[in-house]
Amino acid sequence: MAKSNEPVWWSLFGAGGVISAFLMPATIIAVGFGVPLGWVSPAELYNGVHHPLGRLYLFLMIVFPLFHAAHRTLFTLVDLGLKPARQLLSVLFYGGAIVGSILAAVFLIRL
Amino acid sequence: MAAPADGGARGTISLEVFRYRPPEEQHPTFQTYEVPYREDWVVLDALNHIKDYIDGTLTYRWSCRMGVCGSCGMMVNGEPKLTCSAFLRNYYPRKIRVEPLVNFPVLRDLVINMDDFMDKLREVKAWLIPKDEKPISEGEYLQTPGQLAQYKQFSMCINCMLCYAACPVYGMEPRFVGPAAIALAQRYNLDSRDGGRDERAEVISSSEGVWECTFVGECSVVCPKHVDPAGAIQQAKLANTLDWYQSLLLPRGGKR
Amino acid sequence: MSHGDYPAKYEGYRRPRRSSWWMEKKSYTLFLLRELTAVFVGLYAIFWLIVIYLAMGDQTSFAISVGSFLSSPVSIILHLVILVAVLYHTITWFSLLPKVMVIWRGEEKLHPAMLVGANWVGWVVVTGAVTLLAAMYLRGG
Repeated sequence: MAKSNEPVWWSLFGAGGVISAFLMPATIIAVGFGVPLGWVSPAELYNGVHHPLGRLYLFLMIVFPLFHAAHRTLFTLVDLGLKPARQLLSVLFYGGAIVGSILAAVFLIRL
Repeated sequence: MAAPADGGARGTISLEVFRYRPPEEQHPTFQTYEVPYREDWVVLDALNHIKDYIDGTLTYRWSCRMGVCGSCGMMVNGEPKLTCSAFLRNYYPRKIRVEPLVNFPVLRDLVINMDDFMDKLREVKAWLIPKDEKPISEGEYLQTPGQLAQYKQFSMCINCMLCYAACPVYGMEPRFVGPAAIALAQRYNLDSRDGGRDERAEVISSSEGVWECTFVGECSVVCPKHVDPAGAIQQAKLANTLDWYQSLLLPRGGKR
Repeated sequence: MSHGDYPAKYEGYRRPRRSSWWMEKKSYTLFLLRELTAVFVGLYAIFWLIVIYLAMGDQTSFAISVGSFLSSPVSIILHLVILVAVLYHTITWFSLLPKVMVIWRGEEKLHPAMLVGANWVGWVVVTGAVTLLAAMYLRGG
């Protein structure tokens, strides 16, 4: 049995779990309900996204949760019987997370 | 139980028991028995009653009848249990369904083939590999209560395999090393006298080792000795991850 | 020890394996729901990827695309669903953490409730700080 490289994905999954637990609820409320309720205007949101701290916040809140979701969804599908497709699903999900992370970095730099 | 067939019983209770009798029978069947209901009886008592007075052909494993040997694990109404610890009064007056532990091949009636588990115990080297070998003349290996506390919980495993029956991952993937074997590997890895961590790592840190586990957690729920194999596995994942990063960042240093 | 020959080597009657195992016990179903929260976490991350893409444009277009979407009933309902899922993730994540990280104080393990509690305190602090900072900055800017 080969030594596994699983630790990489697991640690990204762990980081994503922590970040999504701490940052997402507040963001969902602040933006998802704050805008329709008028606490935050779209202009203010726009400025917040452009602010350096806002960019850092969003980088963390996008990249790590992407890996968290990729890892956990992959394993859940395997648990549900999709083991034969595991290689393909790994490439799809982890690849997707990597692509998403690169895009996030590019967008946030170019804001 | 030396009591006669139904002396002192208050009514009866039905047991629906899994029967499998190769080579005469190709497929399993269920057989229902009426046994006396007694407040202080466990499912094992009911099985013993069946064997002694009703149907001597019923085959099953048991030994200590007090929850320390790990022999009598079976599915009781779909839950993995030690039949010596499953009281009839918790099911009465409903019928009790008794089946062999799931996720293992059935040899006969309620007896499962446990070779896979035994092989895994060997693979994870579930024994002490002393850090410093010393002859008996040099005396005992010393250990403080604090050092004992590190691994004590994981040493309580009685190899009953209820955790394997509860684990859906093992149910889907028989190559998974599994809860008890990994917990026992951790028991030795955390033992201050042991130096076999690297030897065990090849199996434990493989994709069929800790990384197959998705932390369902049912193994710890069903464990009769509160070993918490799920905890052992997650701790092993963390330890393996720290080792992995350490070997990446300090390729030559930091050997434990 | 080759595990590849498991089926041949270990004799006995094999009961069929069912991939509907997650429906058979309440604890299994809850496990599946817990894991599925990751899908919502991923979807919310992708939502923000789209938002920052749109934020690369000018403020007016942003207000029209993102702003009006956020005020729509669809968005509010989706956000409610995602909030429930993410909160379930947070609650279960914090309760599982003590199993992964065992903290020893001398000869005894720190009680798991302390680690769970510490995480929730941290969560309240972070949520409060983020909300406060956002409110201060966004309102003032």
